[in-house]
Amino acid sequence: MKNKKSLLSSPYLIWSAGFIIIPLCMIFFYGFTDKDLHFTWANIASIAEPENIKALMISILLSVIATAICVILAYPLALILAGSRFKNSSFLIFVFILPMWMNFLLRTLAWQTLLEKNGVINMILSFLHLPTLNIINTPAAIVLGMVYNFLPFMILPVYNALSKIDPNVINAARDLGANSLQTFMYVTFPLSIPGLISGITMVSVPALTTFVISDMLGGGKILLIGNVIEQEFKQANNWHVGSGLSIVLMLFILLAMGLTAKFDKEGGSYF
Amino acid sequence: MVTDNKLILLDHISKSFGGQLVLDDLDLYIRENEFITLLGPSGCGKTTTLRILGGFETPDQGKVFFDGKDITHLPPNKRPLNTVFQKYALFTHMTIAENIAFGMKIKNKPKSYIDDKIKYALKLVNLDGFENRMPDSLSGGQQQRIAIARAIVNEPKVLLLDEPLGALDLKLRQDMQYELIRLKNELGITFLYVTHDQEEALTMSDTIVVMNQGYIQQIGTPEKIYNEPENAFVADFIGDSNIISATMIDDYLVEILGAKFKSTDAGFGKNKPVDVVIRPEDVELVAPEEGTIQGVVTHVIFKGVHYEMEVMANDHEWLVQSTSMFPVGTNVGIKVDPFNIQTMHKPESEDEEAIGVEE
Repeated sequence: MKNKKSLLSSPYLIWSAGFIIIPLCMIFFYGFTDKDLHFTWANIASIAEPENIKALMISILLSVIATAICVILAYPLALILAGSRFKNSSFLIFVFILPMWMNFLLRTLAWQTLLEKNGVINMILSFLHLPTLNIINTPAAIVLGMVYNFLPFMILPVYNALSKIDPNVINAARDLGANSLQTFMYVTFPLSIPGLISGITMVSVPALTTFVISDMLGGGKILLIGNVIEQEFKQANNWHVGSGLSIVLMLFILLAMGLTAKFDKEGGSYF
Repeated sequence: MVTDNKLILLDHISKSFGGQLVLDDLDLYIRENEFITLLGPSGCGKTTTLRILGGFETPDQGKVFFDGKDITHLPPNKRPLNTVFQKYALFTHMTIAENIAFGMKIKNKPKSYIDDKIKYALKLVNLDGFENRMPDSLSGGQQQRIAIARAIVNEPKVLLLDEPLGALDLKLRQDMQYELIRLKNELGITFLYVTHDQEEALTMSDTIVVMNQGYIQQIGTPEKIYNEPENAFVADFIGDSNIISATMIDDYLVEILGAKFKSTDAGFGKNKPVDVVIRPEDVELVAPEEGTIQGVVTHVIFKGVHYEMEVMANDHEWLVQSTSMFPVGTNVGIKVDPFNIQTMHKPESEDEEAIGVEE
């Protein structure tokens, strides 16, 4: 019985061996060797080079800003939708995640066209005799692209967590004397933290590693760590440094996820 | 003891949801220290009544008075009553102690007071030492006790209980019924209990309010509700019963299925169509010549405490409960003590009709 069940997982095991474990091993192999395939720390240490450390810092900063904006946009929306008595709140959720059905590159390309100096938005603004926007090729445009692309990944888990809360648990808090704000602080919000954490992870990780958004909306002027890694692989053709930087980035993500998980567990006392 | 002080007054309450009338002009008062039960099938409006009292719903019309003060539009957190919810509604992210402390911490009570109260409440519900457990690690019955403890530490004047035993198994439910009576007596507060289980209602209540389709059908003590149901709905909902169309020939004389029975009821007028209720345990089976009417036993089931039999007599299937058994096919006579024939007016509206009554 047990053997039969584990047999069912073999397609995935083969898949993950071929496309996850082996590539990961290769990254580690390249990351810790030089061109003559001798062991070295140099690739890892290359993160300390000024341009690389700058790219990493900008990446972290933009990813944090984009994630924060996503929380600010998604949480109240999810709260309203989960608390509403509309029967069609799942339809509204559907509307909000509809952009996800369009190709990621197309969506970003669309923003490029919209934001250009002579793009659609500026045409409308100048037609209305309003000052034009000049955010294309700035960090602001990159953050906009991140928020637009990754917002659904914040809305869904937060909405799921909030809508799973038994309405009577909220009623119980009210019944025990808590006003709306206290009910939110001590009951609703703590119960939604698992959803919030998976939302934060699902937004901040792709935002931290993206190179497409910064390429298309940053005009190649702003280098994120993702762009640096991409250039190492594609332009410099240096798989060793590229792999080394990837490992550093992975470590950063693991560290961040570990910290959030720890915070989640220790957030046990609510007064 | 129940006092005459009317603590809560529901005054002409109406409420509808999406065009569906759930409560229609409901009037009810609740006395201090009373154990009052709202009893009825699902959709009768009992839970809505409780939610209006708790402040979770606002009535479309009518007012709610507490101790003479109008609390109709007061939010739940400002009401001097607490609720025990169906399926417990504990805070799963807090320990048992934090759950119980919730209301007191909101009210900024000192820590020593809170700790004493937690100890006292856990002792009261027989769960000493559970302070640091998480709700998920408790059984359904234990969670329900915690929900009760969490409510009573706030010293409410009224405790609202919304089908609190509904999710528990039979044995536990019976134990909890005794627990609740003991709790109520120890705390000396008013309990408003909502249930669809007539046995629960009969066991625990000082007063039962039988509801159907948004109307109150009868208010009375458990004995009164059981022995003197006012209409076919109440008779049918509370326990098993034979509800039979009959004619009140004169005072103290009623014709049931063509046979004349002595009765203790009067004042219905002459030759008036009525319904009579005869509880199965009040139907006496005797030798055919001794009975008022004669019939044949068609079914026998052993129920433990008694036998349950069906007797076909004068084209009506009588439900009979007796400690002595008559085998299927036996010719028997049926006798009923005049005191055990409860006469009722014919239903005046749909909500007063028994569920699935045979005319």
